[in-house]
Amino acid sequence: MMGSDEEEDDERRGANFFFSSALQESHPLAAKLADADQFGFQESSAQSSGSLQEDLLLEPPSYADAIFSRDLSHSMTAVFSQTDSFSNVLTITVTDPQKIPESGASLAAGVASSYVTYLINTHTNIASYQGSDFSVRRRFRDVVTLADRLAQSFRGFFIPPRPDKNTMESQVMQKDEFIENRRAALEKYFSRLAAHPVLRRSDELRLFLQAEGKLPLAPTTDMASRMLDGAANLPRQLFGEGSTILAPHEAAQPTKGGRDLVRLFKELKQSVTNDWGSTRPAIIEEDRVFLKKKEKLQDLEHHLSDASQQAEVLVKAQQEVGEVMGELGLAFIKVAKFEMEAGFTPVHAADAKCVATGAVKASRFYRECTAHCVQHLDTLHEYLALMQGLHTAFADRSNALLTVQTLMSDVATNNMRIEKLEAASNKFFGGNSTHNRKVSELKGAVKVTEEARDLAQKEYDCIKEHNRAELERFEEERQRDFTNMLQGFAHTQVGYAEKICNVWTEVAKDEMSYSGRIAEPFSQFYK
Amino acid sequence: MEPFLLQRSAGGVPPLSPSMTGAGAGQSFLSISVTDPVKLGSGVQAYISYRVSTKTNMQEYRGPEKIVIRRFSDFVWLHERLAERNKGIVIPPLPEKSAVEKFRFSAEFIEVRRRALDVFMNRIATHPQLHMSEDLKNFLQADEEAMERARSAEGSVFKKKPSDFMQMFKDVQMKVSDAVLGKDKPVEETDPEYEKLKHYVVDLEDHLAEAQRQSMKLVKRQRELGQVLSDFGKSVKLLGNCEGGSLGKAFADLGGCADQLSFKLQNKGLDLLLIFEEPLKEYVRTVQAIKVVMADRAQAYRQHRELTESSKLKELNLEKLKLLRPDKAGEVEAEVTEIKAQSDEAKLRYEEIVRLMEKEMVQFQEAKTRDLGLVLHDFACAQAQLASDTADAWRTLLPYLDNPHLGESTVTESG
Repeated sequence: MMGSDEEEDDERRGANFFFSSALQESHPLAAKLADADQFGFQESSAQSSGSLQEDLLLEPPSYADAIFSRDLSHSMTAVFSQTDSFSNVLTITVTDPQKIPESGASLAAGVASSYVTYLINTHTNIASYQGSDFSVRRRFRDVVTLADRLAQSFRGFFIPPRPDKNTMESQVMQKDEFIENRRAALEKYFSRLAAHPVLRRSDELRLFLQAEGKLPLAPTTDMASRMLDGAANLPRQLFGEGSTILAPHEAAQPTKGGRDLVRLFKELKQSVTNDWGSTRPAIIEEDRVFLKKKEKLQDLEHHLSDASQQAEVLVKAQQEVGEVMGELGLAFIKVAKFEMEAGFTPVHAADAKCVATGAVKASRFYRECTAHCVQHLDTLHEYLALMQGLHTAFADRSNALLTVQTLMSDVATNNMRIEKLEAASNKFFGGNSTHNRKVSELKGAVKVTEEARDLAQKEYDCIKEHNRAELERFEEERQRDFTNMLQGFAHTQVGYAEKICNVWTEVAKDEMSYSGRIAEPFSQFYK
Repeated sequence: MEPFLLQRSAGGVPPLSPSMTGAGAGQSFLSISVTDPVKLGSGVQAYISYRVSTKTNMQEYRGPEKIVIRRFSDFVWLHERLAERNKGIVIPPLPEKSAVEKFRFSAEFIEVRRRALDVFMNRIATHPQLHMSEDLKNFLQADEEAMERARSAEGSVFKKKPSDFMQMFKDVQMKVSDAVLGKDKPVEETDPEYEKLKHYVVDLEDHLAEAQRQSMKLVKRQRELGQVLSDFGKSVKLLGNCEGGSLGKAFADLGGCADQLSFKLQNKGLDLLLIFEEPLKEYVRTVQAIKVVMADRAQAYRQHRELTESSKLKELNLEKLKLLRPDKAGEVEAEVTEIKAQSDEAKLRYEEIVRLMEKEMVQFQEAKTRDLGLVLHDFACAQAQLASDTADAWRTLLPYLDNPHLGESTVTESG
């Protein structure tokens, strides 16, 4: 249990640490923040501060940096009013996995130490990339880094989830199969990133795709604070608020070193306070519209998951019909051949061959139909995956709100202390020098905290806006993509059913000519 | 749909044609149908009874029409009697005795069995020789008590001798194939044509069995697809509810469509079973029945040869005896005459089987071409109809889905 003095000192130190560095003119970020928006829509920024940006991105953004980078409200409208024209191409493929033995392998551990690198090939005409076709080698760890950094830099956005680490599966599966699965998953991940109007322009992605040699993105922070971040979210989970699924890499605010532990514990205290409702902060998530939407999205995700599963089962069943139809065809081909050679019943042999051919043709159509259906229905799976990004984005919002609330509470607490001290010092004639010093210190701290609170508020508002815009985009794209999916699926089914019908109608006609049977319209058969 | 199925119930076997009438019988007409299965009894003793209706103009029958109630074991009795007394003739096969399914007695199982019995009766009725059988007449006319007596009485008569190939046939098909092909017995015919035929029959069974297996799988999988479509439809409808708006309606329509199609597919499953899989099964059984005839023929041949050998030997001994011991010659002479008579009989029996078998094979091939031709044709039509229904169902969605305004977002955001 910390003494009050120590507490205050820490707070002061903490507050100063956060903001003093950022407020300094010489801070590397200042120049950058003055003009360019973080999203890179304005290409000039990329050109003007080329190497500077590389430097900046060597260090993961601190809490302060994160706040500052979102500060400029004017950039917000710029981001979202300008629709990204998709005539800007960004095509990424993942190829050529190679095993690289790890140097200085820990033979003591007895583990075969090697890792796999993949060739990431980019084809683009986006200006900021300075090049149109290039490739780099990256390992999975680099992808994790990229994903983590995107999560930090683009809070509030619906970020596509990266492929899983699968540490267990990598031991169990055949190496080659695992590597191929991962390669395919990576390709999908990058295509989703490239499709995201904001992320595709990010510096992080660009560096990943283009920078030769070692990836110039530092991985995110120490494990301790990440663990604590997890702990900070725990009470909310315990009290059953929402269904925010927390990814391991999700860090509300990346922290630096021990000092931030204090803030973290405070946030923990705050969230507990919130939940028990003892201190009512001014801002609560009063956006009922948002909450309702969130609920609806949860509903959607649930049903989407079901539909996605059923789609898999359907496609498989259809495939199996096609397969057995093919086998049936083969069986009758054998019958036909056998009878033809034996010579007893050439007509029967011809009949069998006719049906066999039809069955083989039909089988082919079933398989083609299934392949197309898979492509269409895959949209369901895609959106299910993308919805994971939603959870993260909403969590970003909650966390930002929590920060605001914490800081507000700080301010309130300090103000109360100031009041107490001032009341106490009034008892002394002429004032108490110690008290006065303390009061002025506190007032200083309050001022800084208020500034922090304002920035946190802006950050929160920013994230809210990102949420809103992303939701809108999500709705629009989902409508469009699902409609296309349904159209495609229905057309595929109709088209192939007609083809299969034609095959069998021909067979029926041919057969009748062989045996000279009287024609019977087949519709008579089923009433 | 019902009328059609009844029409096909005879397995495509045409009514008795003039060429098949018995000598001097004029235009014989014998039509039998097996209908109205009724579950009787309870528990382990439950069984199904069938109505067997006969229409005929044959003088031997007591009247032009008759209806009796029979159960499966009665049909088995008839089959055994016919087999015993008509060596050389391919007895139409019975459906399997299925000890397990009997207890479940699903509606489908009962219908499949009823049909198979109907086909069985009609094949007998249209067979030039079998339709004149005394046993058949009894089967079609006797009251239930008489039938029961006959059934239990004959049980002991038909005790299977170890060397009886009929028994082997019922147990293990493979062994019969071997026996037919003469793999384990030294004494056999050497006619190359017949050899060829034997191999043909064995191979034919394999090929038809494979085709039947695949047809069974196809029926099963098409039914499963029907089931799965139903689940898919449901989940899509729920998703549609969630989405709302025009997209929601599109999903709901898709789901409804899948549901309807599922219902159709599952219904057609039974039809496909009856018109395709079952007839193929019946033909596999028929080929097995041919193998029984082949086994009978082999046995008759063996007996003929053994008796001929025996007879020759005895004659030789007799000659010797006449020279050495003329007094004993008398007794032995009687034996020799006896054996010679038996030998002649065996020869006649064998030759009769050969003669009958030849006719039977011709009949079989004609029937196979005709019957399986129809089966294959019906199969093609059924598949065409299935595909047509599928196309029709999904097509109903297109006008709505192809509307260009469908994909436009109607959502208005408010923070």
